[in-house]
Formats: sequence, C-alpha cells, structure tokens
Amino acid sequence: MQEHDMSWVRTEMTLAQPAPPGERGAYAWVRKNLVASVGDTILTILGIAIVAWILPQVINWAFINAQWTGPDRTVCATVSQGGIQPDGWTGACWAFVNAKFGQFMFGTYHIEERWRPILVAVLFVVLLVPMLIPRVPRKGLNAILLFLVLPVVAHFLLVGGVFGLPHVETSRWGGLLVTLSLSFVGMAVSLPLGIALALGRRSQMPIVKWLCVVFIETVRGIPLITVLFFASVMLPLFLPEGVTFDKYLRALIGVSLFAAAYMAEVVRGGLQAIPKGQYEGADSLGLGYWQKMGLIVLPQALKLVIPGIVNTFIGMFKDTSLVLIISMFDLLGVVKQNFSDPNWATPQTPKSGLIFAAFVFWLFCFGMSRYSMYTERRLDTGYKR
Amino acid sequence: MKHIALGMFGAAALGLMASAASAGTLDTVKQKGFIQCGVSTGLAGFSAPDDKGDWKGIDADFCRAVAAAVFGDGSKVKFTPLSAKERFTALQSGEIDILSRNTTWTSNRDSALGLDFVGVTYYDGQGFMINAKKLPGVNSALQLSGAAVCVQSGTTTELNLADYFKKNKMEYNPVVFEKLEEVNAAYDSGRCDAYTTDQSGLYGIRLTLSSPADHVVLPEIISKEPLGPAVRQGDDQWAHIARWTYFALLNAEEAGITQANVDEMKTSTDPNIQRLLGTEPDGKYGADLGLSNDWVVNIIKAVGNYGEMFERNVGAGSPLKIARGINALWTKGGLQYGPPVR
Amino acid sequence: MASQEILRQEPGRGSFINDPKIRALFFQTLVVIVLFVSIWWIVNNVIENLQRLHIASGFQFLRNRAGFDISDTPIAYTSDATYGRALIVGLLNTIIVAAAGIVLATIVGFIIGIGRLSQNWLIRKICTVYVEIFRNIPPLLVIFFWYSGVLAVLPPPRESYHLPFGSFLNQRGFYFPRGVWGDGSWLVLVAFVVGLAMAWFVAHRARQRQMATGQQFPVFWTSVGLIVGLPVLAFLLAGMPLTFDFPKQSTFNLTGGFQIKPEFLSLLLALSFYTAAFIAEIVRAGIKGVSKGQSEAAAALGLRSGPILRLVVIPQAMRIVIPPLTSQYLNLTKNSSLAIAIGYPDLTATAGTVLNQTGQAVEGVFLMMIAYLVLSLVTSAVMNVVNARMALVER
Repeated sequence: MQEHDMSWVRTEMTLAQPAPPGERGAYAWVRKNLVASVGDTILTILGIAIVAWILPQVINWAFINAQWTGPDRTVCATVSQGGIQPDGWTGACWAFVNAKFGQFMFGTYHIEERWRPILVAVLFVVLLVPMLIPRVPRKGLNAILLFLVLPVVAHFLLVGGVFGLPHVETSRWGGLLVTLSLSFVGMAVSLPLGIALALGRRSQMPIVKWLCVVFIETVRGIPLITVLFFASVMLPLFLPEGVTFDKYLRALIGVSLFAAAYMAEVVRGGLQAIPKGQYEGADSLGLGYWQKMGLIVLPQALKLVIPGIVNTFIGMFKDTSLVLIISMFDLLGVVKQNFSDPNWATPQTPKSGLIFAAFVFWLFCFGMSRYSMYTERRLDTGYKR
Repeated sequence: MKHIALGMFGAAALGLMASAASAGTLDTVKQKGFIQCGVSTGLAGFSAPDDKGDWKGIDADFCRAVAAAVFGDGSKVKFTPLSAKERFTALQSGEIDILSRNTTWTSNRDSALGLDFVGVTYYDGQGFMINAKKLPGVNSALQLSGAAVCVQSGTTTELNLADYFKKNKMEYNPVVFEKLEEVNAAYDSGRCDAYTTDQSGLYGIRLTLSSPADHVVLPEIISKEPLGPAVRQGDDQWAHIARWTYFALLNAEEAGITQANVDEMKTSTDPNIQRLLGTEPDGKYGADLGLSNDWVVNIIKAVGNYGEMFERNVGAGSPLKIARGINALWTKGGLQYGPPVR
Repeated sequence: MASQEILRQEPGRGSFINDPKIRALFFQTLVVIVLFVSIWWIVNNVIENLQRLHIASGFQFLRNRAGFDISDTPIAYTSDATYGRALIVGLLNTIIVAAAGIVLATIVGFIIGIGRLSQNWLIRKICTVYVEIFRNIPPLLVIFFWYSGVLAVLPPPRESYHLPFGSFLNQRGFYFPRGVWGDGSWLVLVAFVVGLAMAWFVAHRARQRQMATGQQFPVFWTSVGLIVGLPVLAFLLAGMPLTFDFPKQSTFNLTGGFQIKPEFLSLLLALSFYTAAFIAEIVRAGIKGVSKGQSEAAAALGLRSGPILRLVVIPQAMRIVIPPLTSQYLNLTKNSSLAIAIGYPDLTATAGTVLNQTGQAVEGVFLMMIAYLVLSLVTSAVMNVVNARMALVER
C-alpha cells in the first residue's frame, strides 16, 4: 500500500471507448426499440401492418387521386354518376372545398364586406401574438386591448350599421367566423364569470356559496346541447313580450354560461393550490377581501392554472360545433349545409368536407394544446426546488 | 316546475295579465323598418340560400310580398333560418314576425301552439321516394312493408308515416333525423329503402342526390299537407295583412296582372282590377288594412303574382319542374281561391 | 378565514359598515332579494307569455298518445304509447349507449394508454398519433365520420356479409340470432344468481383465511366455475330450453334475429374512440405517477413482474386515475346527447321530438335537464364508491 509510485497517476482521463457495434447505430436502435423480445416483434409487425394498410389508402385518396380544382360536381363524380371520372374512382374532392372556401370562412357574409372579418382577424392576430410570447412587455395593456377593446371594435366592424358601414345581420355570419368569434367572446366572458363563481364557491357566506355550487354542478351535469336548447327555445319565453335576443347572442350566452361552470372548477383548483400562508400573510397586512384576492391570491392562482384554462378553451372551441344543432352555421354547420348543394353532390363531397373541417379544428386545437404544454413547462421551472 | 310556479305566482301574474295588451306587430315592424321572416334551413324551391346567401323560394318570396305590402319595398325583409323544432318558439317569442317555412296547418297548431295560419300557399301531400335502380319492381307505397324509411323528426310527416303503416298493417323501420341534410345524406348512402316527406320536398331533394335519375317518387299521397305561413295569435291586424297579401297574389293571377304588365294595368277600367290596384277613385281598401292604397301594385312589382311565384320557384321555370296540379287557380280546376278585394 | 376570526373578537373596533358579519348578512340579503326578484320576473314572464300565446302547460301531455315511432326500443313501444313512455325509451337508449361506451372506451383507452408507454417505438408513435388526432377534433365530427364511414364501407342489405353463427353485417346493421328461451329457463337464471352469491361468499372467506393464516385460495377459478358451471348444469337439467331465431332475408331487409343498428354502432364507436384518447392520457399519467421505487421495492421482495403490476403498480395508479376517469365517464354520458345528429333516438332526440309535437318547450327542457342531472349524479356516486374502495387499499 505504501509503495505507490506517484508517477503512475494519470494526468488525463482515458477517452471513452465507443459503444460496441451492437449497441449503437441504426441496428441497435431497431433491436432496442422494435424487436427487443418475441412479443415486441409481434407488436412491431402488427404496427407495420396497420400503417401499411392505412397510409397508402389515405395518401392515395387525399393526394394522388384527389381533384383540386373544378367548376362543379362533374370533376368529382364517376361516369355512371354523371361525371368525368372513370368508374370505381375514389379520391378527395378538394375542388368542393376550393369552390366553397369563402363560405366556409365567412358563411354568407356579403362578399364585398368580407374585408371586415379579415380586418378583425388581422387585429386579433396582431394583439394575440405578443400576448402569447412571454418576453414581450406590457402584458396588461395588451390584455386590455385584446379582451376589452377588440371585442367592442370587432362588434362594430362585424355588425356594422355605424360609421357608414352597412349592417350585416348575424344570420348571415357563418363558418370559421362564427366558430372563432363564439369561442373567443365565450372565453372573454366565461373567464371573469368563472373566477367570480370560483370565489363564490369558496366564500364564507353560505347562501352565496350554495348558489354557486348549485349553478356549477347543475351546468356541469347536463350536456351542452341541453343548455343550447334551453337558450334557443326556453330563453325567449323568459323575457317579456317584444324583447328578443339575436340567435347568435343566445348561443353565445349558452356557450359562455356552460364554459364558465367548467372555468370555475379550474380556477377553484388554482385557489386551493395556493398555500394558506399566502391568505394569512395578506390578512396580516390588513388587506381587504378584494385586495387580498386581486393582488395576492388570484395572480398566483391563475398563473398556476393557465394550462387548465387553455384546456377548457380547447373544449369550448370544439363545443362550438354543437351550435349546428340549433341551426346556426359554424364551420361544421356550413360544411354540412353545402353537402346538399346540387352542384356539388357526389359521394366524395361529404368525406372531403368533413376532413377539411376536421383539419381546421385539429390545427387550432393542436396549436393551443402545444402552447398550453409550453406554458406548463415554462411555469414549472419556477416551482422546482 | 311550472305547477309550483303557477301556485306561487299565479295570483301576482293574474294581476298583471290585464296590462299585457299586445303591441301591434305592424307598428313594431314599421318602427324597425323590416320584417323578420322565419324560413327553413334550406329546402330547394321553398326557402334556400343561394351561393350569395340570398334566400330563394316560394316561402321566402311570400315574406318579400308582405314586406312590399307594408313598406312598398320587397327587400325590407330579413330571414332567420329555423329548424323544425325551433320554428314555433321563434314565432311565439316574437323573434320573427311571420313564419313562412313549409309548415302544415293543423288544428293542434292553431289551438295549442298559439299560431294563426294565414292560408295555404301550397297544397301538398306526403309521399315516398325510392331508389328504383336498387329496388326494381316496387311501384307502390303499399309494397313497402318491412322497409327502412328515412324521415325528419318533429314534423307532421313523422306522425303520418306511423299512422299510414299502422292503418295498412305493415311493418317498417323508422330512421329519424333532426335535420333535412342528415336525412338526405343517410338516404343517399343507402341507409334507408324509402324517403318520406312532402311530395314537393321529394322533388327538390331528388336533385341533391348523387345520382338523381335513379330515384322515383311513388304515386301514393298519404296525407293532406296544406303548407302555409303563420303569424302569432291575437294580432288581428297583422294576420289580416298577411292573409290579404296572399289573397292579393291569387287575385292578381286571376285578373292576369303580372310583374311585367302591372303598370299598364293601373290604367285598366275593369272595376275589379281598379279595386285591387287601388286605382278606383276614393277606394281605400289598402288604407283599411293599415297599408297604402297601392299595396297590391307593390306586391306584384316585388314578386309577381302567385302563378309567377310558383313557376319561378318550383314550377317549370325551376329545376324542380313541379306541375301546378291542385295548386292551380280554382278557375283552372285547382284549389287556390282568393276572396275578392272590395 | 383567519382574519375574520380575529376581527370578531374585537367587535367594537372600526365602524359599523366594516363589520364583516354585518357585511356578509347585507350581501346575502341582497343576493337573495335579487334572486327572488329575477325568479319572480322570469316566472311572471313565462306565465304571461304562455297565456298570451294560448300554449298549454303542465305535465298532462305525458299521458297523451305519442303518435310517432322510435327506431330503437329496448322496451315495448308503438306509436299508440304515451309521450311519457317515449321519453323513457329515450332515457333507456341513453343509458345503454353510455354504459356500453364507458366499457369500450375504458378498454380502448387502457390499451392505448399502456401502448404510449410501450418499449416499442412504433407502437408508441401509433398511439401518440391516435391520441393527438382524436383529442383535437370535436366529438360531433368524430360521430359524423363514423356514421358516414360505417355506411360507406358496409354493403347494401341484399349483398350482406355472411358471418359465422348465422349473423350478417350490412348497411342496416349487425344481425345475429336471438335466443328464445323456452319453459324452465327460469332455472338457469336462478342458478346464475346462486352462482354469483356463492362466488362472493367464497371470495369473502378466502380473504378472511388469507388475512388470518396467509394461505391463498384459487378464488378466481372457483368463481368462474360457480358462475358459469351452475347455470350450464341447470341448463342441461332443464332439457336445454333454448332455440334461436335466425335473421332471414326479406324484400327489403333482414327480418328476425337481433339487430344492432348502424346509428347505435357508430355512436358507440365514435364516443368510445373519442373518449379513449382522453382516458389513454389519464392512464399514462397514472402509471407514470407511481414512483419507480415502488416496483423496484416489490422486485426486491421477490415478486415477479405480473404480480408487481397487479398488486403494486396498478392499485396505486388507479388512485390517480379514478377521479379524472370519473369526469371522462360523465363527459361520455353527456356527449351521448350528440346522438341527435345521426338519428339515434336517445333522450335528447326523443325529448326534442316530444317538445316539438306538443310545443311545451319549458316542460321538455326541464325533464331533459333533470334526467341528465340524475344520470350524472348516479355515475359520480358509483365512481365515488369505487374511489373509496381504492383508497382503502392504500391503508
């Protein structure tokens, strides 16, 4: 032990040996990830079979055989159906989507007035993008512009009737315009309402508390369709004679109330997650109820539940498609309505239209869910110890 | 719920009932400057939006006619598309001023639903359509025993269907959808053997199928379907305006007044035409209704007479090509009969 | 809150309006007044509107003849039955599709969820793609897809696919032979119930014995033997009182046998596949939520991988899984109301038809709300019981 020769001590570490050939490269990856065991191999073969069965069909239908442009149904119908395609042909009829694109976006909004929804969309994007990027400053001002000023401006722009803009009644609105505006306004209304309900549910006042509980649990216990039915057939009877609501407004009320109940539960989760010390700290500083909530508790609680809020919003965005059941024409409604256009009725039309609608919905929802995951990760870091 | 409600607040409500006198629809309409008209969500020939979103069809045109009578301008009308389910509430609640949505006139709707039917703008009957290519040899509805039948829910059609098969001791398999588009899609994809609705509707729907030529409408008519516009009960003035707009359309056809010749006709010396067009000296038939004296001129200028409306929307001038049949004037063997304006 | 307790001890401090007790009382009185005034206003309006429009009211219409037919009737129903019965048929249909959907969604969801944690890259990716697609499109669209897909793929009734055991598959649905029970079949039912009771008893005793002595007893196979064996024995003893009614081709459709309609099939598939995407995520989170030390400790105790999963990981994962699973079950039940879009006669669809035929919107919507509320409450209650049992396992 004592006879150590110090000169034997290495001055530098040996370089790591490359992994043996069996453990690196594509081969090892395949071995580890696809054929690790007999069961695994069977699963892989099964997986390949599923992919090989579905993918070529989808690609063939959606791209190779698809018809992209055309004046009417003949490009998408086979000879026996009165078209130009050979019998037995199947392929997507994107020509239908192409021809009806304006309607899918704006419904029957007057063509010469369509710059108005486009302008609103541009404003929306301009205000939304800085809101989403955490580094951009002046979030408060941005939020006020986005959630308070924009809806008002958008209302005047879209409805018109002032400043020389021709009036466009809401029954002419449709397509993505309705889907987006319903869900955005629904969001802007349901968030404050949800916060109020959540605070009410945690209130010390028994009557307020029970009212909130009853409202939240009732709304969460019934399907949105019932709420929309309620808004479309019962609400008119609740009002005195002569006072009526626009159908659009009624749907908006229905969707907002529905979303508010879910939002309330999300916010309540956030409120419960705030440690008691925060409440007590605020109390010991002598803050009143609203100061305590507004300055101490809610900012922390809302930050915690941003992912939950985004998820509720995704749910609401998807749920707006239900307004087609009370004969309003959101994106899905307009797409379906156009199936019965004699100029485009072919066996391929419904599939193509539905897939287009699904793609648009998917794009928005997927984008939002990715953003929610991103925020979740970003906010997470603050709580790591 | 309402029982309790009635018990709790009945007394208070009765006290208030007295003051609930109906505000005249005509005044409200004049004040807002347009008529709100309830139409279907899209039934070719009756009320369907075209590519630009303008409503076309006989039901839509009737609303234009009323607007022309009230305002002298047929474009002062706004359309609200309604599902079968929503239509009555929309009228009851005052969301719309007139319901012109291929609605069948029945006693129950007059009595229990608070509707007041204006007249019968289209005499229809329920029929069946089948795919003759897939079902060769079927040429009568009586052969449909055991068939799957597509039908729209919440309509008189659904009830007639049940009654018809029961009466003839036949079995059937109802396939019920909420929306016309959904019934069409299901029938087109072969979910049902037969499609039942008003015959006029069948002709319109046939055009939207993927191969219209394969489908035939069976000859049987299993019910009476008098389709007409309706207004709220309890406003006689408004009901009169709607009703006499309809009669004016018929009378104009009978007198040979058309959109093209209405201005020449104003110089006619026929007292009937003079009374109708308000050119009779010190006639005030329009004013008595609460309208201007040239109300019929305005109507005809806006939409033409009943015959023109029919031909343009569902008859020879349209893709539907439905014959006048019982919808011809009484002078030509049909049922359309307009009481005289005098 | 704490602050109020402190303040309550010094009532004399501050002015009268700052006393939180008085304030609370004032606010609540205000809320109650506002509430009552608005309810009074609404009820008043409703009564006034109904009387003005001569619309009938009350629930007497439930006893009137319905006059319309319903395509799927789990209980006897004709157009001569009452509106009330039509609503019950709708409610039963909702319950049937929701129950079947919950079972199927749970199975598919667990498979996909476990697949997302698989060692196999391909399976993992396929499951991820599945989840990302189905989570991000509206359920209504999924239903339309399935319905038009089902109708497009299947052949018309005259070219049905013939399947084994005399079953058929075509556009009108899936037909299979229906068992017709003859005399003496009650014996089989009695045997089944007795078998169930005995199996429960055996399981109970075996558990007690294991607690006391540590000896195990093959409960599973004994139970299977009792529950299956006893009815089979009774069936043989009673002289096999079962005949089958086979579906036969007639002019339009197949008649006889048992038919599952495409509306039900596509609604069931759509609801289950949609909800399964969410359940998969819950399951994945649940399994990942069980710390790795648990399974390592179990392995150190000498348990094999099967028992580790069954006795250690899954019970703990279930604790995380059940509460969000409950809300997915509730969502599925509520989403079953989308049946209206493809013509499956569930509660919403039949109530909608009744509402339209009678014009009594207020009563119709009210009944619908109550029914869904009760369904939701029952589902939550059942899941709470399950949850409580799961939590007990934790000790």
